[in-house]
Amino acid sequence: MGVGIQVEHLNAWYGTTHTLQDIDVHIPANHATALIGPSGCGKSTFVRCLNRMHETNPIARATGLVKMGDVDIYKDASPVEIRRRIGMVFQRPNPFPTMSIYDNVVSGLKLNGFRNRKVLDETCERSLKAAALWEEVKDDLKKKSGASLSGGQQQRLCIARALAVDPEVLLMDEPASALDPVSTSKIEDLIFQLKSQYTIVIVTHNMQQAARVAENTGFFLNGKMVEFDSTHKIFTNPRDKRTEDYITGRFG
Amino acid sequence: MGSDARRSGEGGITMSTKPVTPVPPMREPTNFNTKRMKLDQLRRSFVNNLVSGLAILSTVVVIAPLLMILGYLIYKGASSLNFAFFTQIPKPVGEDGGGMANSIVGSGVILSLASLMGIPVGIAAGVYLAEFGRGKMLANAVRFTADVLNGVPSIVMGIAIYSLIVMQQKHFSAFAGGVALAIMMVPTITRTTEEMLMTVPHAIREAALGLGVPKWRTAISVSLRTASPGIITGCMLAFARVAGETAPLLFTAFGNQFWSLSLTQPIAALPLQIYIYATGPYDEWHRLAWAGSLVLIMLIMVSVTLVRIFANRGVLKGGS
Repeated sequence: MGVGIQVEHLNAWYGTTHTLQDIDVHIPANHATALIGPSGCGKSTFVRCLNRMHETNPIARATGLVKMGDVDIYKDASPVEIRRRIGMVFQRPNPFPTMSIYDNVVSGLKLNGFRNRKVLDETCERSLKAAALWEEVKDDLKKKSGASLSGGQQQRLCIARALAVDPEVLLMDEPASALDPVSTSKIEDLIFQLKSQYTIVIVTHNMQQAARVAENTGFFLNGKMVEFDSTHKIFTNPRDKRTEDYITGRFG
Repeated sequence: MGSDARRSGEGGITMSTKPVTPVPPMREPTNFNTKRMKLDQLRRSFVNNLVSGLAILSTVVVIAPLLMILGYLIYKGASSLNFAFFTQIPKPVGEDGGGMANSIVGSGVILSLASLMGIPVGIAAGVYLAEFGRGKMLANAVRFTADVLNGVPSIVMGIAIYSLIVMQQKHFSAFAGGVALAIMMVPTITRTTEEMLMTVPHAIREAALGLGVPKWRTAISVSLRTASPGIITGCMLAFARVAGETAPLLFTAFGNQFWSLSLTQPIAALPLQIYIYATGPYDEWHRLAWAGSLVLIMLIMVSVTLVRIFANRGVLKGGS
């Protein structure tokens, strides 16, 4: 089951650029939360702070409190442990090109030294089914490279890979922006199903997508979270003038 | 909530619609049937053929010397190749016949030793440079040293190892020869490994880190594995380069007219034996030198090909 995330006074920098300024938000468990805003507003930085990917960049740093359930992710755990519990799907599909479909799915387990064949087989099937890819690849699991799939399949493969380590939270950084409408719709259906079991945070440039999949939406602008509310409220009756301007396409 | 409600947007959300204004055409459509267009087409196909022709010519210029050398070696050396060449050791001066069995095996021993030492060190240094040392002082120093080391003449390497190992142990040895060649392999392998790792997309590393894979494991099992075809090529280049080296072996492995497999004793090597035979006064020796050169080139080609075949096994369909 998913857990909620509590963020308080989160600040992040790239070098001297203050990318995130004093973010406070509560992301509820087992719901999908969408983050919208123009390019460069800090949405991606924000999700990367949630699983401590932000700090993999040598010039990046972050301060503030991020709690996943009762765990302070910057104090109580190592980044490696946090990233196992908070999975991530990136903007461009990034399967491991040298690995088979099977190895891609179970890579999170295998690369961490897990070797039990039976459990790996089961995990592979379960994850691919959860990512709605099983039927398309089940005959080529160990024959084909992950890179041989189509873009949409690759992204579902990446989702399966993230699910295989059994995370509680799934972060998705524009997961459909590089995909065609059919693949996008499959990914959205998937998010819809997955959110009953996982807490999902999805960054998107596509406002219809936010409206379709998420219960809550946050609007970022210039490193600040301008507004966070139920998706319905954000899109029909936003409190802030800037949110309304963005939603109606007046800028961004 | 039904699927249709989702598709049309939750709660009757409306998006802005802007009026569409027709775009005027930027210019008149091109007429391809004028004389000028036909001339232009002719000029373009001429330039196209010229550039392809130059590319083919350059390829021929590059490959021709290689084929000529190989052909000449076969012409000069193949007649002296016989069973004895591969099974016997050199005969004393004045006696005909004999072979280079000890040199072939000796070269194998020295090169295996050099590869065993040089390849792991070279790859490890390359991984450090690309994965852990970005922008660090030590990494810059290592990179600079590797480039300088790459330019050190091989005879200087021989003298250096002579004073560092041979003088200390007070005798020539196969081990000293192996070390000299290993040090010559390292810079090429290090720099190729670094370059190849740099071509691995950052997104692939992020994918592994995002799964909670520790950084060292990501470097080895993901980055290095993804870059491995290029790194293997680098190792093969380094191997082929040192396989023919004579100068660094002159004062280290020294050469040996008899059988020896001991790492602590002087050992024979193909380039050394070729050098001795080629500079000697006897026609029989010259013929053996040609045969030895042919065998040396063949051995390099065969080992490089074998590694290629071996490395390509297990590559998956559609992988890169």
